Amino acid sequence: MSGTATNGRRVVVTGIGVVSPLAVGAELTWKRLIEGQSGIGRITHFDPSELPAQVAGQVPDGPTAEGGLTLSDWVPVKDQKKMDRFIHLGLAAAIQAVEDSGWKPEDEDDRCATGVMIGSGIGGLQTIYDGSLTVSSGKARRLSPFFIPSALINLISGHLSIRYGFKGPNHAVVTACATGVHAIGDASRLIQYGDADVMIAGGAEAAICSLGIAGFCSARALSTASNDDPTKASRPWDKDRDGFIMGEGAGVVVLEELEHAKRRGAKIYGEIGGYGMSGDAHHITAPAEGHEGAFRAMKAALRNSGGLTTADIDYVNAHGTSTMADDLELDAVERFFGEDAKRLVMSSTKSAIGHLLGAAGAVEAIFCLQAIRDGVVPPTLNLDNPARESVIDRVAHVAQQRRIDVALSNSFGFGGTNASIILKRFKD
Amino acid sequence: MGIRNEQMSDIADKVKKIVVEHLGVDESKVTPDASFIDDLGADSLDTVELVMAFEEAFSVEIPEDAAEKIATVKDAIDYIEKQKAA
Repeated sequence: MSGTATNGRRVVVTGIGVVSPLAVGAELTWKRLIEGQSGIGRITHFDPSELPAQVAGQVPDGPTAEGGLTLSDWVPVKDQKKMDRFIHLGLAAAIQAVEDSGWKPEDEDDRCATGVMIGSGIGGLQTIYDGSLTVSSGKARRLSPFFIPSALINLISGHLSIRYGFKGPNHAVVTACATGVHAIGDASRLIQYGDADVMIAGGAEAAICSLGIAGFCSARALSTASNDDPTKASRPWDKDRDGFIMGEGAGVVVLEELEHAKRRGAKIYGEIGGYGMSGDAHHITAPAEGHEGAFRAMKAALRNSGGLTTADIDYVNAHGTSTMADDLELDAVERFFGEDAKRLVMSSTKSAIGHLLGAAGAVEAIFCLQAIRDGVVPPTLNLDNPARESVIDRVAHVAQQRRIDVALSNSFGFGGTNASIILKRFKD
Repeated sequence: MGIRNEQMSDIADKVKKIVVEHLGVDESKVTPDASFIDDLGADSLDTVELVMAFEEAFSVEIPEDAAEKIATVKDAIDYIEKQKAA
């Protein structure tokens, strides 16, 4: 490692949790993803018929054992109304990850060495909408005392720490659609710097409400052409793409200092191999020409990788939202990989689950770990006619069996914020 | 007097129902002497919300100094009955 403050502390992933439009559960989501299933359908959370965009990736209700959301399995009934849906989904993913890791602090030192950093891009939008209606109807005194803690973004971290007694750093990232990657990357640095030995990190989002859909519609960001054929709506790099599809859900990982994980015999999914960030300083919603901010984020991730080169990276999970910016990211990836682009595979899993905004980067980092573990690259659905050709195999339609040792995941957010994270196979 | 008693037991039933709904507790635990915080697992924000729910359900105003004195199920029933009788 460059830099001395990290003392060579390595960070591995020892637990994963996913709530997605495909399923509640990391493994069932992954199974359905590589089967080529789509989680996109007509919006049922509210009546979307007044809006130009009417499809989204909603977390399915149903029995937990079948991959559906049964909220009372995750959050006690009496506490549910104290939290917006983004907190419900974040907790469901976080509880999965913690239980999967088997980590149970046994004394005060353990508790103080375990922190939480789970963010969200938007937070409790439906709660804010409902609260506004209460106030505007002259009932300000009737506003719930839980209004503020229900809407606040850092309350997933808060609730999780209370549930498990995690007394280490308690933090939350808010960087729009880059939130999930920033959370995992920043949390791994807290471990490297010794602020914690274990961090529960990720992102959650639940913005499929009338205010959220209307807002992104007004920003001309959402697909409107496939309201009658929802599973075809999200089509990264395809010439007929016309905007992103909103998804909801959460992704959370348990990050752990390597020696700590080894001492307790934890199962290791992979290692955090590098992390880089950049800002566009260009426009509030559009990336700069050639997506040079993405280029610099990938370059920074490699700089922090302890000696990896582009030749070592086997798979890129693209930001690839099914918007015009897909080709700009493709430009940046081609330029960054140079000759190594020829042997690269890259896919956009947003084709199956939509864009989970603040949760996207965390869910996609987990997909990278599962790709490394299983030797399977998830597909890009609906890539029928690429808008432009590339030497990079974009895994159209069907998953590919292929050994993946090192994967890179990109996430970019409104405001011009970019983050790239490298996940690699763990080798002692 | 018969009508009056019936109204009173209506109030008690409605209070209990609200407590069960908001605190997620079993109905059998909601006895007159049960304390919201000590016996029914409420915290200070829960009690604020409970009082709001009583205000809404019974169309009464419960000022803050009065709300602070409502610690048990019976306190709530008594206060609301007094307001309704006034």
